[in-house]
Amino acid sequence: MKPRPAAERTYRGEPASPGLAIGVLVRLAARPQAVDDAGEPLAAAKARLKAAIGSAKGELSALIAANDAMGADILEFQHELLDDPTLVDAAFSAIDQGAGATSAWATAVGEQIAVYESAEDEYFRARASDLTDLRDRVLGVLSGASSAGHPDVPHGAIVLTEDMTPSVFLSFDWRRLGGAALVAGSRASHVAMLARARGVPLLTGLEAEPATFAGDAVLDAHDGVLVLSPTAATRARYASRIAEAEDLHRRAQDSLSRPAVTATGEHIEVMVNVDDPGAVGDEILQASDGVGLMRTEFLFIGRDRLPSEDEQFTAYSRILHRLGGKPVVIRTLDVGGDKPLPGVNIAAESNPFLGLRGIRLCLDKPELFRPQVRALLRAGVDTALRVMLPMIATAAEVEETRQVFADCLAELRRAGVAAAMPPLGIMVETPAAAIAIELIAADFYSIGSNDLTQYVMAAARDGGGRVARLNDPGHPAVIRLIEQVVAHGRSSGKPVSLCGDMASDPALAKLLLAAGLRCISVAPAALGRIKLAIAGMGSADG
Amino acid sequence: MIPVKTSVTITHPVGLHARPAVKLTKVAKSFAAEIRLRGAPDGEWVDAKSIVKVMGLKLRTGTVLEMEAKGDAAAPALAALQSLVERNFDEAAAGS
Repeated sequence: MKPRPAAERTYRGEPASPGLAIGVLVRLAARPQAVDDAGEPLAAAKARLKAAIGSAKGELSALIAANDAMGADILEFQHELLDDPTLVDAAFSAIDQGAGATSAWATAVGEQIAVYESAEDEYFRARASDLTDLRDRVLGVLSGASSAGHPDVPHGAIVLTEDMTPSVFLSFDWRRLGGAALVAGSRASHVAMLARARGVPLLTGLEAEPATFAGDAVLDAHDGVLVLSPTAATRARYASRIAEAEDLHRRAQDSLSRPAVTATGEHIEVMVNVDDPGAVGDEILQASDGVGLMRTEFLFIGRDRLPSEDEQFTAYSRILHRLGGKPVVIRTLDVGGDKPLPGVNIAAESNPFLGLRGIRLCLDKPELFRPQVRALLRAGVDTALRVMLPMIATAAEVEETRQVFADCLAELRRAGVAAAMPPLGIMVETPAAAIAIELIAADFYSIGSNDLTQYVMAAARDGGGRVARLNDPGHPAVIRLIEQVVAHGRSSGKPVSLCGDMASDPALAKLLLAAGLRCISVAPAALGRIKLAIAGMGSADG
Repeated sequence: MIPVKTSVTITHPVGLHARPAVKLTKVAKSFAAEIRLRGAPDGEWVDAKSIVKVMGLKLRTGTVLEMEAKGDAAAPALAALQSLVERNFDEAAAGS
């Protein structure tokens, strides 16, 4: 029989950290097997385990010193566990019961792993892999295996393994590797967080474990596939995608720290949108002209209780502090009946997008709104805080809200609490606000192009097919409204910006500059790319 | 010896997850006093110096954490721990 080239095979997985790679596929050896060392003399077993825990601590300390803050924190947790008699004594008493060093350790840590694996909370469940990591590190020392480095993994390789522990992840030099595919694992694991923070392409939860393989693979952690034995056509397709992405990435990184100036010399303010401030790095905040939209829903949703005033004050103060005096636009709570809040009853609506949401809900529920207003007023003392109101349709809503702010301010001052009124602006996202913008007096305007488009086009973004195609923010109906709001800003002397997703798309951003906008707010990941695109634009010719 | 007691509300949005828990046990271990914690009025008291026990409480944000200490420098130990929790463990608002 003639040898045939292996057929191309594709395995689907969950993209846990985006990116593309082509490289030789390397399977990582399974974790060290626990050998049966029962019957080992008691004193010898204890001495061996003690020594192994000691050298595992030494390894962890070395790794902590070599890693950045995020990696080090994860390893600190393991180091602290090794210091904890609750865990370590359980292993020693298993030795007293007749177990060998290896099985005593595996059992003691195994009990803790089982506790974490059975937790309801996904965060706690994901910690089971940290304990597995710790178990294997000590077992590795006991079995004499070295865990230092991976010199045998070739440059550009894609690592395939059942699951990966944080310390195994951190022991690789990912700058010289392509990425990783895990048969198990999840987006919520520490490894996935580390991979995203370092820009390492990572696929988790492969639909099947590739049985036999040799040679190269394509890792597509955008669309979520691992391709084994790729055909020449597949390779060529990905090679050009990778080259394009690398070139774009390099140029976008170069643009990040520069001001955004068009080919005709006009400066464009580029701010960033922030959901959960913990997920946005300081280098992005420093490269931005400020935060153009900070959503506050992350403090409210998916929790078992509402955030307190103090908790909100801390969160708002922290982001203001991180921006070091650059403007931060914080949007008041923007939810409706489609997003449940702990302890807040919202009557079922047949169409929540036309119902009690945004400012309407907040004005209706002072017990929900006032702690946020008070927290914002307190955070506004000597800071560049600006507050933005969502879903405004009428001037009366702005006045009513302004009154709530004034009442809370008076209340705080009476109680001797430092507070200051921030500029109050509106999100322009209802057709009513956009069409009759001159009727609504506000300190600034920020166009929410996502909702504005969906309301103007009467088409939801997730409508699919024909409906999704109608949801076009570049449609002249939407663009004309944007031009009109920009014109009102010029004549009234109030700042206008745009914070919808269209600003993060270079082609649409060009339309925005042509419409007269000089300030946009984009997704953190798009900041460099948009600054780069602006540098290539002549703002007058569109 | 009469234990010193205090209580503090956890306001860190993620609750007492791995990183804050490590900070808490490290601070607790820097004092000689015997320090115990519990996360519910009828809950079990656990050793504040054990990361296994502290993580085992699975404390979420909004939980009132009760602390008691006895022995050397019991009061300063509790003050240090209370301050750590009140400072949200010196972290950004939402961590990993």
